[in-house]
Amino acid sequence: MEINISINGESRTFDVEPRTLLVHLLRDDAGLTGTHVACETSICGACTVLLDDKAVKSCTVLAAQAQGCEVTTIEGMANGEQLHPLQEQFWEKHGLQCGFCTPGMILTANQLIASNADPTDEEIRHGIEGNICRCTGYQNIVDAISAAAAQMRD
Amino acid sequence: MIPASFDYVRPQSLEDALARLGEHGDDARVLAGGHSLLPVMKARLADPGVLVDIAGIESLSGISESEDGITIGAMTTHAEIEASASVQGRCRSLAEAAAAIGDVQVRNRGTLGGSLAHADPAADYPAVILAANAEITVAGADGERVIAADDFFTGTYETALGAGEIITSVRIRASAARGSSAYLKAAQQASGFAVCGVAARVALDADGAVERIRVGVTGVAATAYRATSVEDALTGAAPSAESIRKAAATAGEGVDALDDFYAGADFRRHLAGVYAARAIGKAWIRAAGE
Ligand code: FES
Ligand code: FES
Repeated sequence: MEINISINGESRTFDVEPRTLLVHLLRDDAGLTGTHVACETSICGACTVLLDDKAVKSCTVLAAQAQGCEVTTIEGMANGEQLHPLQEQFWEKHGLQCGFCTPGMILTANQLIASNADPTDEEIRHGIEGNICRCTGYQNIVDAISAAAAQMRD
Repeated sequence: MIPASFDYVRPQSLEDALARLGEHGDDARVLAGGHSLLPVMKARLADPGVLVDIAGIESLSGISESEDGITIGAMTTHAEIEASASVQGRCRSLAEAAAAIGDVQVRNRGTLGGSLAHADPAADYPAVILAANAEITVAGADGERVIAADDFFTGTYETALGAGEIITSVRIRASAARGSSAYLKAAQQASGFAVCGVAARVALDADGAVERIRVGVTGVAATAYRATSVEDALTGAAPSAESIRKAAATAGEGVDALDDFYAGADFRRHLAGVYAARAIGKAWIRAAGE
């Protein structure tokens, strides 16, 4: 079936099987491998992207369900060479080690900050409960999100 | 993990969706948010030939408030319910149950109607639906009908929904003037599903005695149930922390409880009593104070 999706602001058309998952469309058909896939069972959050500005686990969304929607992936966060504040602060605060969870963390955090410009550490922890990190122990991730929120308020 | 092949249709009207379901019979499944059905299909535990995606039907989404209650479209997401001032004001336990589901991403996609139709025995909503005496409106080839909460959940993953029917909305009467509700759960640590979830809805009379109370329990048995022994014990009297604790202790009595790796049957029955006491206590304090 043919579907139209706007990915990172660019309108694109794909010919996919109805059973194609959004994460596979993004990685295999659109060539955007920044969206990771790990558990494939809506647990880990590595595959998180924004679908019409809402964080979703793209391993549990059919590409067909995204017909006509706007998708934002990690590739759409930076503005040219200029990193998004979340990217900058994950770097600055050592919010990543292996980096596997990072794209998903950043997109979930982006929705959090969009609805709560000044989140407490507890609100941040609650907000990223659907994203699992096997490396950092989360503290630096919370610090990075908090610092990014502060930078975005300035 | 990719589902087996299927055909996908996305009707724009309820009539068209019902026609598609009629046309394909048992081979078709309704796709709402997909957060129960797609995982099952990915695990190849279900392989419908046709998915009828109802996301394009606008009339199925949204929350409307009337004098005496709220009506929530079946395609309304958990996130929308959690954030809705109408739901928080009219049925606080429903907002609390929605907020307790999964995580942010799951709540952004999962829907009320989808969750009810799936009828997972550890889902959060059934406890609230039973306690709130909600009415579930479903549409089928022969038109609409309303199913009472008490008749809706018939077994594990089984409901009173007939073949070819779609849930369109859920109606909940507002809490009484001196009434309120609460939902609390013991969550399974990894999945977040309820090992035991209890919703209590209490209405007090002018003297502070319990005029009506309903208690719904999920996660404990093969299907959500009402703790009628608790309701009966508390109706008509002015509650106290002690009387609530004593009455609530029977919430799991005689229940054929689930018994698994996470919680044995005895522990689940025990939790039912503990969480019933907490939920009733919370609803009572809110009712007395609001
Ligand atoms: S890969 Fe989607 S949630 Fe883990
Ligand atoms: S940085 Fe390795 S999983 Fe998070």
